[in-house]
Amino acid sequence: MALLEVDQVTRRFGGIVALSDVSLELEEGTIGGLIGPNGAGKTTLFNVITRMYKADSGRVVFDGRNLLRVRPTRVIRAGVARTFQNVALFPSMTVLDNVLVGAHTRVRPFGDRTGKALARETLEALTLSPLADRVVAGLPFGTLKQIELARALVSRPRLLLLDEPAGGLNHEEVGELGGLIRRIRKDFDLTVFLVEHHMNLVMSVCDRVHVLNFGQKIAEGTPAEVRADPAVIQAYLGTDSAAA
Amino acid sequence: MAEFAQQIVSGLASGAIYASLALALVLIYRSTDVINFAQGEMATFTTYTAWSLMHHGMSYWPAFALTLAIAFAGGVAVERVVIRPVERRPELVIVIVTIGLLLTINATIGWIWGADVKAFDSPFPNNTWDVHSVTISVQDVGTLGVCLLTVFLLWGFFRFTTVGLAMRAVAINPNASRLLAVRVGWMLALGWGLAAVLGAVAGMMAAPTVFLDPSMMLVILIYAFAAAVLGGIDSPAGAVVGGLSLGVVINLLSRYVNFVGTELRLPTALAVLLVVLIIRPQGLFGHKVVRRV
Repeated sequence: MALLEVDQVTRRFGGIVALSDVSLELEEGTIGGLIGPNGAGKTTLFNVITRMYKADSGRVVFDGRNLLRVRPTRVIRAGVARTFQNVALFPSMTVLDNVLVGAHTRVRPFGDRTGKALARETLEALTLSPLADRVVAGLPFGTLKQIELARALVSRPRLLLLDEPAGGLNHEEVGELGGLIRRIRKDFDLTVFLVEHHMNLVMSVCDRVHVLNFGQKIAEGTPAEVRADPAVIQAYLGTDSAAA
Repeated sequence: MAEFAQQIVSGLASGAIYASLALALVLIYRSTDVINFAQGEMATFTTYTAWSLMHHGMSYWPAFALTLAIAFAGGVAVERVVIRPVERRPELVIVIVTIGLLLTINATIGWIWGADVKAFDSPFPNNTWDVHSVTISVQDVGTLGVCLLTVFLLWGFFRFTTVGLAMRAVAINPNASRLLAVRVGWMLALGWGLAAVLGAVAGMMAAPTVFLDPSMMLVILIYAFAAAVLGGIDSPAGAVVGGLSLGVVINLLSRYVNFVGTELRLPTALAVLLVVLIIRPQGLFGHKVVRRV
């Protein structure tokens, strides 16, 4: 059975249909990719899954529960964590405190020893321990992305949504990212769903790729299948008439 | 020299009161980006509550503690009932609501307790200590101590508890916090509760010297504004440093600069406000707001 099932989700912004009857499934333990040209509705879908946006219709079933009926603050308790396209950390706090906020679901209001242990353990797993007491502001962008990853992982999610994990990273960092994503899937027993423009990363790391264009799903398959799909090529490169 | 030291201590005492109220303003400003104009009146209301408790036979410290609890509950209630419905409206709307709140609370105080001035007991004896020929009033030291202890406890709360951490997170980025399961609405309400507690401490410490009347905090609120702006409106440490230094500077000026005297104390505070806003709008410890377009 699929861990995540997006079932005919539609979301409109005024007259614009950002998502139109989008359906897809994600098997447990796999790495799924979500690609598409700018404005295709990829981040909107993530925002619907994490309840930042309401869906106008449809269902998002996670582990048998309809997430759209879950309160936004309960999504992470249900086992879904995410990172953001443009990194949403707390700049004036330390790295450890940032990760601790992510452990919020797992700790009691006062006396936060379990949370601290969990946070340190997660930083260790991402080799960020030396930075634990540094203030986030001023750290390099690639590091910020890893801290955000640690903050998502500390809640011990079953499903991790990564919004453009390679965005803004340099060539070398992108190379390491593929290995990192595979490693955390194994170590943290995760299912991963990622939005990405960096095609090499998507093709090398994903088990299955879903393609959106103008809010509609136009293709789905293994990376090789999707790459050869005429509809996908057309969406990215335009039709003959437009190209001419 | 002895008198100079004495003036500094009494300046610190009144500065501690400004600092507490300034910190209350900063607390709310950081989480909601608005200045709570009703902060002073909320403090006055709770101080009257303390007066009533003592008037009905309670002794000072139990009444003090109970008043803080009432202030906390009141602050939370005000946020939930009055501010929450306009939370997503433009900042100006919220500012107007807090001004409405100021007028409402002020009128309510007059309605319940009347407009005449009341004496308010001090928990500290009315005598002095002599330290190396410097005469220090116990009242001043006590006021300073209570205010600083409150600030210190609050700092510990924000620094070492999970709730405090969550409140800081909400102040920085409410959306990301919500996604991490932080109950953003309740954190904002808690912030109002804690700000009301700070105000109550300031009110109860100020009342023995300025006496209890419905507009007693009006002037103190202006000093607190000046202190908060001086320290940097988004900096808690700045509010404390700003409050203490403003208290000292104003006290020294009114003692040693003849034309300032007692009459020009308030305009001095306003002048500080103006100069800071012109020369260094982010204050001593605040952050420059950079808007990306």
